[in-house]
Amino acid sequence: MESDLFPPAGAPQPEDGSRRSFMKQAGGILGLALAPPLVGQAERLTAYSKVIQGATDITLRVNGQAHTVRVEPRVTLLDALRERLDLTGTKKGCDHGQCGACTVHVGGRRTLSCLTLAVMAQGKEITTIEGLSQGEQLHPMQQAFLKHDGFQCGYCTPGQIMSGVACVQEGHASTDAQAREWMSGNLCRCGAYPNILAAVREVAQRG
Amino acid sequence: MNDFSYTQAATAKEATALRKDTPAAAYIAGGTTLLDLMKAHLEEHPQLIDINLLPFKGIEQTKDGLRIGALETMSDVAEHPLLVQAYPAVSQSLLLAASPQLRNMASIGGNILQRTRCGYFRDPAFPCNKRVPGSGCPALAGDNHNLAILGVSEHCIANSYPGDLSVALAAFDAVLTLERAKGKQRQVPLTDFYRLPGATPHIETVLEPGELIVAVTIPAASHAQRSAYLKVRERSSYAYALASAAVGLEVQGGAIRAARVALGGVGAQPWRSREAEKALVGQPATEATFRAAAAVALQGAQPREHNRYKVELAQNTLVRALQQVAGS
Repeated sequence: MESDLFPPAGAPQPEDGSRRSFMKQAGGILGLALAPPLVGQAERLTAYSKVIQGATDITLRVNGQAHTVRVEPRVTLLDALRERLDLTGTKKGCDHGQCGACTVHVGGRRTLSCLTLAVMAQGKEITTIEGLSQGEQLHPMQQAFLKHDGFQCGYCTPGQIMSGVACVQEGHASTDAQAREWMSGNLCRCGAYPNILAAVREVAQRG
Repeated sequence: MNDFSYTQAATAKEATALRKDTPAAAYIAGGTTLLDLMKAHLEEHPQLIDINLLPFKGIEQTKDGLRIGALETMSDVAEHPLLVQAYPAVSQSLLLAASPQLRNMASIGGNILQRTRCGYFRDPAFPCNKRVPGSGCPALAGDNHNLAILGVSEHCIANSYPGDLSVALAAFDAVLTLERAKGKQRQVPLTDFYRLPGATPHIETVLEPGELIVAVTIPAASHAQRSAYLKVRERSSYAYALASAAVGLEVQGGAIRAARVALGGVGAQPWRSREAEKALVGQPATEATFRAAAAVALQGAQPREHNRYKVELAQNTLVRALQQVAGS
């Protein structure tokens, strides 16, 4: 297991033009470019000394569309999606970051919406399970879950699929062992793991 | 969660000033620990101060070692080439912790400040000296199977820091940069950062009110380059350590020239064992040496009814980690 997870020190970094290596390089370069010593007011969610208290209008960008929702600071992104925007595909499982059912993508990264404050998700691109398909055309990961019967009750499935899409994009699904480890934040009480793994691996192998 | 107000600080000066205005406020970065604790009503804050715009970013080589900004995420640090090459144990401690989603969110500073997973601390129906000072500790005679055996007191036997990163940081002499007001920075070795429970288990670190973690710096060393983090848990991934070991060795001609040893899952704080290191240095890199060092590391253990197994488990974990590094 270790050899899959941890390439030995000094092992060559991927130079295959994969998304993973690209993201690292781009992250480094952009990180430098975007790190001025002072942050302009425009980038801030609140002005200094402006405190958000009680129900307040905020703007969330979800699946390519901007939505204004009225929330208190304590409302999580999960509750804002489900209760305010009626995007109930994202599920509330444990509500404590232990099960992965609430996984969405925030700024292109898989994120637990139950441990994210809606007010802190402003200005970021949010993608939920509803945003994966192109009209009636399912995302390859959704198709693979259908083909491999990657679910029983279906409750964990949206989180599994969102996590699976990210797992493949990150380049963390290149072996069965690696995919299992990097999907371990999504629990399935029905135990559909073998079929979930088959779906994730098939999408990874299709490249 | 209790009702709270939210504000965002653009500079450390703003953040510390806001916190001074509202001493019961909390800083929020990734939020994975804080919001979990607030949902369970283990912490309540009237205000959250978002510190994500603070310039505590970057992973860079400095004259003192690799400097990691406290607001970097666990994900971005874990697979950073500079860390993977020079401090494999630290990289592994991050990759074996939490889940990919949590690692995408959690900051390095927040990881260092995570709180115990002791079931009695997390359930307000029970007394707990850490949560309500002086109320008692049901873990002493209760379900203590996953709790600490080193550095514990009669007031608390929690693994105050249940995670992995700080175990590796303790082994490799990491130093924290802290800031309590503009221009008021100080350096604290990670091994001095956490406080043993004693009679005050509610005081967990030396962090002063309002003080921020700015960065963590890990000195370069050959024993850090030849290092590993081994974690043993109840399932093979996404679980806290029952026992773990961060080890580094410098071996020349079969003899150990330098050694670093820290244990996780068994200490009231990340458990650096300088005694075990002394038992290793100058000796041949053999199983007999490793066994002797492991026995020394666990010498002061104070196990209770359900965590006696940890004495042997921690020793075996340490021996296996040392074998792994010696054979690499």
